[in-house]
Amino acid sequence: MTAEHTAGTSSTTTFLGMPQPADPLRWGSSFPEAARRELGNDQLRRNLGHATSTIRAKRAKVVGEVPDWEALRDAGSALKTQVMDNLPELLEELERNVTARGGVVHWARDAAEANRIVAGLVRAKGTDEVVKVKSMATQEIGLNEALEAEGIHATETDLAELIVQLADDMPSHILVPAIHRNRAEIREIFLDRMGDAPPDLTDVPRELAMAARAHLRRKFLSAKVAVSGANFGVAETGTLSVVESEGNGRMCLTLPETLITVMGIEKLIPRFTDLEVFLQLLPRSSTGERMNPYTSMWTGVTPGDGPSEFHLVLLDNGRTRVLADEVGRSALHCIRCSACLNVCPVYERVGGHAYGSVYPGPIGAILTPQLTGEPSDLPYASTLCGACYDVCPVKIDIPSILVDLRAREVESGSAGRGWGAAMKAASMVMSDGGRFRRAARLGRVGRVAGGRDGVIARLPGPGAAWTDSRDLPLPPKQTFRDWWAAHEREGADDERSGGDRPGSERPRTGRPGTDAPGTESR
Amino acid sequence: MRIALAATCLGDAMFPQAPTAVVRLLERLGHTVVVPEQQACCGQMHVNTGYRRQAVPVIRNHVRAFGPVADGEWDAVVVPSGSCTGSIRHQQSMVLDRAGLAAEARTATAVASRTYELSELLVDALEVTDVGAWFPHRVTYHPTCHSLRMLGVGDRPLRLLRAVEGIELADLPEAEGCCGFGGTFALKNADTSAAMLADKVRNVTGTGAEFLTAGDYSCLMHIGGGLSRSSRAVRTIHLAEILASTRERPWLAESAGGAPVSESSGTMRSTPAGDASKGATR
Repeated sequence: MTAEHTAGTSSTTTFLGMPQPADPLRWGSSFPEAARRELGNDQLRRNLGHATSTIRAKRAKVVGEVPDWEALRDAGSALKTQVMDNLPELLEELERNVTARGGVVHWARDAAEANRIVAGLVRAKGTDEVVKVKSMATQEIGLNEALEAEGIHATETDLAELIVQLADDMPSHILVPAIHRNRAEIREIFLDRMGDAPPDLTDVPRELAMAARAHLRRKFLSAKVAVSGANFGVAETGTLSVVESEGNGRMCLTLPETLITVMGIEKLIPRFTDLEVFLQLLPRSSTGERMNPYTSMWTGVTPGDGPSEFHLVLLDNGRTRVLADEVGRSALHCIRCSACLNVCPVYERVGGHAYGSVYPGPIGAILTPQLTGEPSDLPYASTLCGACYDVCPVKIDIPSILVDLRAREVESGSAGRGWGAAMKAASMVMSDGGRFRRAARLGRVGRVAGGRDGVIARLPGPGAAWTDSRDLPLPPKQTFRDWWAAHEREGADDERSGGDRPGSERPRTGRPGTDAPGTESR
Repeated sequence: MRIALAATCLGDAMFPQAPTAVVRLLERLGHTVVVPEQQACCGQMHVNTGYRRQAVPVIRNHVRAFGPVADGEWDAVVVPSGSCTGSIRHQQSMVLDRAGLAAEARTATAVASRTYELSELLVDALEVTDVGAWFPHRVTYHPTCHSLRMLGVGDRPLRLLRAVEGIELADLPEAEGCCGFGGTFALKNADTSAAMLADKVRNVTGTGAEFLTAGDYSCLMHIGGGLSRSSRAVRTIHLAEILASTRERPWLAESAGGAPVSESSGTMRSTPAGDASKGATR
């Protein structure tokens, strides 16, 4: 950052974040428009480029040292397929086992219902303060805002989530929600918003972490209620698990009297031993670590040890609709590792906010439109390069699902105007050899569009989207088909007699190779 | 071998130098090349843009045109494009199946199982890596996403290139990163595409190569358009063109498109060979 940031006062507003949206799954402008805005932010591009390339390299290293990595991916994928095939039975099994161990299970159809349940449970404890473990499910339902409206303040205790919350921002990454911030910005946010940050705080990472630690320690010790998400819920035993790096989760899960866990219904795994597979896949894929520092597991309540009251809120919020879709349902296999974000060339350029959902990146592009069931331009926010599929620890074929969702956009009539007519005309031309030959020959007419430098530098109408940043070569003088016809007539033995090379009428000067021995004999 | 060539729609209409080079290369290696007249396009653009219904007639046409390979009339189908091969292999039968055309979907699967991307055909089916090519230039290679990840061609193209006499291969930094083309992505998300392209162009020009090669003219059209716009004297050339080039019949600038060597703002650009060709104008 520049000198004005490090030397400036604490009241600057350079860290202005993405305002809290009404719906955490649908906010902001269209993807192309939001992407254009984010692309203009050089600081963001640098922060993201640095962070994603670092984490990509870490992941590649620790994945490379596992000899049975592909077999582990297969196992993870097969287990999740099994879960989706038996979801109702497994959920009931989970409910039975949580209840048998002293927990209380609640079922929430949607965000509003889940928020009502949590707010009611907090109010019943007579408190207006809760501490939170980082959780995508509670981000998805906008729990913090819903609690605030009820007069309950939720404190995020994950360092990056705290940064996002203090800045009144939205997360831009599933795992590292403040990936769009650098340390100078974080210092400003702490000084301006944390209340108890040391006034001489610098942007040295250790100092920033210590300031947050002191701030959070007071919250952990005073909070009566904690809210968490869950990485895994084991049907067989009723055990819940949270995987984290900072120890804030362990504090939340053990210190308060009451623990409320909000879990998407797809987070189930059948057996306790299945954790063996996922606890290998998840840390290596997400943080690039062999094992994460803290893996907490709890089963109901244990007198004299940890919370005396445990509530599990099982959240649907569109998941049943996704499950009903034969192609799209594998999006529910996601274990929120975020490896797909870190390798995505689109995400790396535009960042998470451009996706207008708490689920950004490739997984967000297939999950968000399916959870909401509404028209979306997110399925088009990909080049289908396939890097996401390659790294997915549970082998979600994201490119194929994107293509399928595009078809649904088109079939529901929500794809862009003009495209339909063009695609219909192209289909006509491209479904017959003769029609295509005539059209390709006509393409040569396009040669008049070229400038004297042999390229088309400016196209009218929608073609301008191409020529704004790229030239287009002129169509050739001779199509391949016409060359082939001539080639066949002359016979392969007589192909030096000319006319056998597209665009060959002109004198051949200045070509590479002419200075070489054995130049083509003509 | 009797090998049917799928020229691809883009190869036929815009970049004939690629399928032409495939014909020359395979004939030189002693094989018989067939070009089925009925062919037009594999349907990838329609499928990937979401126009599955409009893709059906395009795919049916492709399967009809290349159906004889399933009956043994030809030994293989070769495609000078990673993404078209990927679409033929991973999408065609699925789309036909969904359209209720089960029998044609089965034929599509049979055709696809005998369809090879160029480097696959050479290395796997014809078992050759040194094709006797000669190309005395500094070249860098972009692996293209669909060749790399959808097909998994691995280092086959590089093995073919390393065997070319006279070639000087330069490593491309961040080679595996997408160039930002993505078919209609380049139009629907033009700004993001351009940002990705800018990084690719920077990496390509940084190699000091005279030529950028790849197994797919769609990606080359995109990167070439960016190279040409940035006034960089790096030409794009399909892998097939390099492999077709020999001492006896060297590659000729006039037969190529891609990034045209051109004049801009009245300034003559230098070309790899020194003297400037005027591209394909007039």
